[in-house]
Amino acid sequence: MAAISGTPGTTKAVTGAGPRQRPARTGPTLSRSSRQRLAADLGLLVVLGAFMLPLVWLVFASVDTDPSMKVAPPSGLTTENFSRVLTDEITFTPMLNSLLLCGSATLMTVTAAALAAYPLSRYKARFSRPYLLTILFSTCLPITAVMVPVYGLFVQVNLIDTMHGTSFFLATSQLPFAVWLMKNFMDGVPIALEEAAWTDGASWFQALTKVILPLMGPGFSVVTIYSFIHMWGNFFVPFMLIISPEQLPASVSIFTFFGNLGSIAFGELAAFSILYSTPVLLLYILIAKRLGGGFTLSGAVKG
Amino acid sequence: MSATDLGVVGKEVPGRGEPPRDQRLVRRRNPWRWLPIAPATVLLLLFLAGPIAYCAYIAFTDMQLTGQASASFVGFDNFTKAFGDENFRNSVVLTLVFTLISSILGQNTLGLTLASLMARSTKAIRSITGAVVICAWVLPEIVAGFLLYTFFSKEGTLNEILAWLHLPSQNWLFTLPIMAVSFANVWRGTAFSMLVYSAALSEIPKEVTESAEVDGAGPWKRLWHITLPMIRRSIGTNLMLNTLQTLSVFGLIWAMTRGGPGNRSQTLPIFMYDQAFNKSLIGYGTAVALLLLVVGALFSVVYLRLMREEV
Repeated sequence: MAAISGTPGTTKAVTGAGPRQRPARTGPTLSRSSRQRLAADLGLLVVLGAFMLPLVWLVFASVDTDPSMKVAPPSGLTTENFSRVLTDEITFTPMLNSLLLCGSATLMTVTAAALAAYPLSRYKARFSRPYLLTILFSTCLPITAVMVPVYGLFVQVNLIDTMHGTSFFLATSQLPFAVWLMKNFMDGVPIALEEAAWTDGASWFQALTKVILPLMGPGFSVVTIYSFIHMWGNFFVPFMLIISPEQLPASVSIFTFFGNLGSIAFGELAAFSILYSTPVLLLYILIAKRLGGGFTLSGAVKG
Repeated sequence: MSATDLGVVGKEVPGRGEPPRDQRLVRRRNPWRWLPIAPATVLLLLFLAGPIAYCAYIAFTDMQLTGQASASFVGFDNFTKAFGDENFRNSVVLTLVFTLISSILGQNTLGLTLASLMARSTKAIRSITGAVVICAWVLPEIVAGFLLYTFFSKEGTLNEILAWLHLPSQNWLFTLPIMAVSFANVWRGTAFSMLVYSAALSEIPKEVTESAEVDGAGPWKRLWHITLPMIRRSIGTNLMLNTLQTLSVFGLIWAMTRGGPGNRSQTLPIFMYDQAFNKSLIGYGTAVALLLLVVGALFSVVYLRLMREEV
C-alpha cells in the first residue's frame, strides 16, 4: 500500500461526515483512515465523472447555438432552443396532457391506497394476510408484459385512446405498491391517538381523515409524489393506449417530434428534455430527505 | 414500468408486527368496516387481474390485429412456434445478456461499491455523487434513452473520450447495441441498489467491523466474511427486484435502438411488441408476454419468501 499518510490535522478538518464515520483516533490508525478516505473519494469521483457526462451534455446542448452529439462547452450561448420548443404543439399541450393523466391517476392511486390501508392496518381478519401477500406479489409483476393484452382489452371495451381509460390503468399499475407503503406508514401511527376520536363517536372515515392522515402526512406525501414521478416518466403505457396526437403526454410526444433519429435538432431536444424532467426532479428533492433517512425496501429489506 | 420499486419507511415506522390494537375495534364484528378496501380491490380486479386473465386466454388463440372476430383457439401452437422461432431464441439470449450485465453485474455490484465507498468518503463528495446518480434514476425513461443514445453514438462523447485515450472508437449502437443498452440501464438504475445497500450497510454494528480490523482482517476478508453475510437478505431482495425491473425495460431500449440494428438488441418486451403490432400477431405476441409474466411471477414468489415475516 502506498504510504499516503495524511497529516493528522487534515482528518479532523474533513470529519463533517455522517454517523457512519469511524471516530478519528490517535496514532497510526489515523493515517490509515485518512488513506481509506482518500481512496474512497477518488473512487467516487471516477464514478461521478462517468455519471455526469450525459447530464452535462444535456445542459450544454440546451444552450448551445450549434450543439453536437458530444459533450463540449457551448460554441455560443443562446436561449433560442428553449424559445423554439415553447409552443403549444411541442411543449404546452403534451405537458398539460401529462399533468391531467398523471394527476388524475395519482389522485386515484392515493385515495384508493389510503382507504384500503386503513382496515388492513387497523383490523384483524383471516384474509388480511393473504390479501397483503397478493398485493406484494403484484408489486413485482412486469407490467410491460400485460400491455399487449391490455391494448386488446381496451379496444374491446372502447377505452382505447381515452385519457380516463389510460389514467385508470396507470393508477392501477401503481396501486399495489402504494397500498403496501401506505399500510406500513399507517402501522407507525399509534392507535391510542385514534381512541380519543372513537370515544367521541367519530366514524372510521373521520378517524382516517382527521387523525391518521394528518399524523402520517410526510408518509402520505412520499407515496403521492413517488407515484406521480413514476407515472410522469412512464412511456410504455401511454405509448400503447393513447393514439391521437393531441392527447399524447410528453413522454410519447417527444417521440413524435424528435422521433426520426436521422435528423434531430439536438439543442431543441435537450431543451425540451430539461423542461419535461424538471418537475419530477423538483418533486424528488421534496421527498429526498424522507427517502434518505431510514430508507428500506418496501419497508422491508433487512440486511 | 412495473411497480417493483423502493419502499420508503421512515425511522419511526417499524413496518413490522402489528400495531397495538384497541380491544373495542376488534370486538365490533361488522363486515361493513372492510368497505374501505373495495375501491382498491375493484381497480385491481378490473385493470390488473382482468388483463392477466385475458392475457392467459389470448395466448392460446391466433388473434390478429385485423378483425377481432376471427380469433380461434389454437392450443399450444403459439408456444411451439416460439420455441422453434430463431428470432424468439435470439430475444431470450439477449434478454439474459441484458439482465446479467445490467442488473446482476452492473447495478448490483456498482451499487454495493458506491454504498461502501460512501461509508468512508468525505461528506461533500458523497452528497454530490449520490445526487448525480439519483438524478439519472429520477429522469424520465425516454430522456435517459436520448441522453445515452447521444453518448454512445458514432460522434458521441464515449468515442471522443476513447480517441483522446488513443483507443479505437466504433459505432457502438451498431456494433454492440446490446452492450450499449445494458450500460445505459446501469447508468439509469444503479441508484436503486446504491440506496438499498447504503441502508443495509448502515445497519451493520460498527463494533463488528472494528473488532475484525483490530484482529487484522484485511478489507477483502472483512467484505467476504463479515459484510456480505450480514447483508445477505438485502442482496437477495435487491437482485430480485433489479432483475424483475430489468426484464420489463422497454422505453430505454426503444429510444436508443428500437431493438435494432436488425434484431440485435431486441429483448423480449421489444420482441413481444414487434410481433403484436408490426407483424399483427396479437396472439403470438401475447404468448411471449405470458412467458414473461410467468417468469416474473416465479421471481415474485421467491421475493415473497424473502419477505415472509414482514407481512
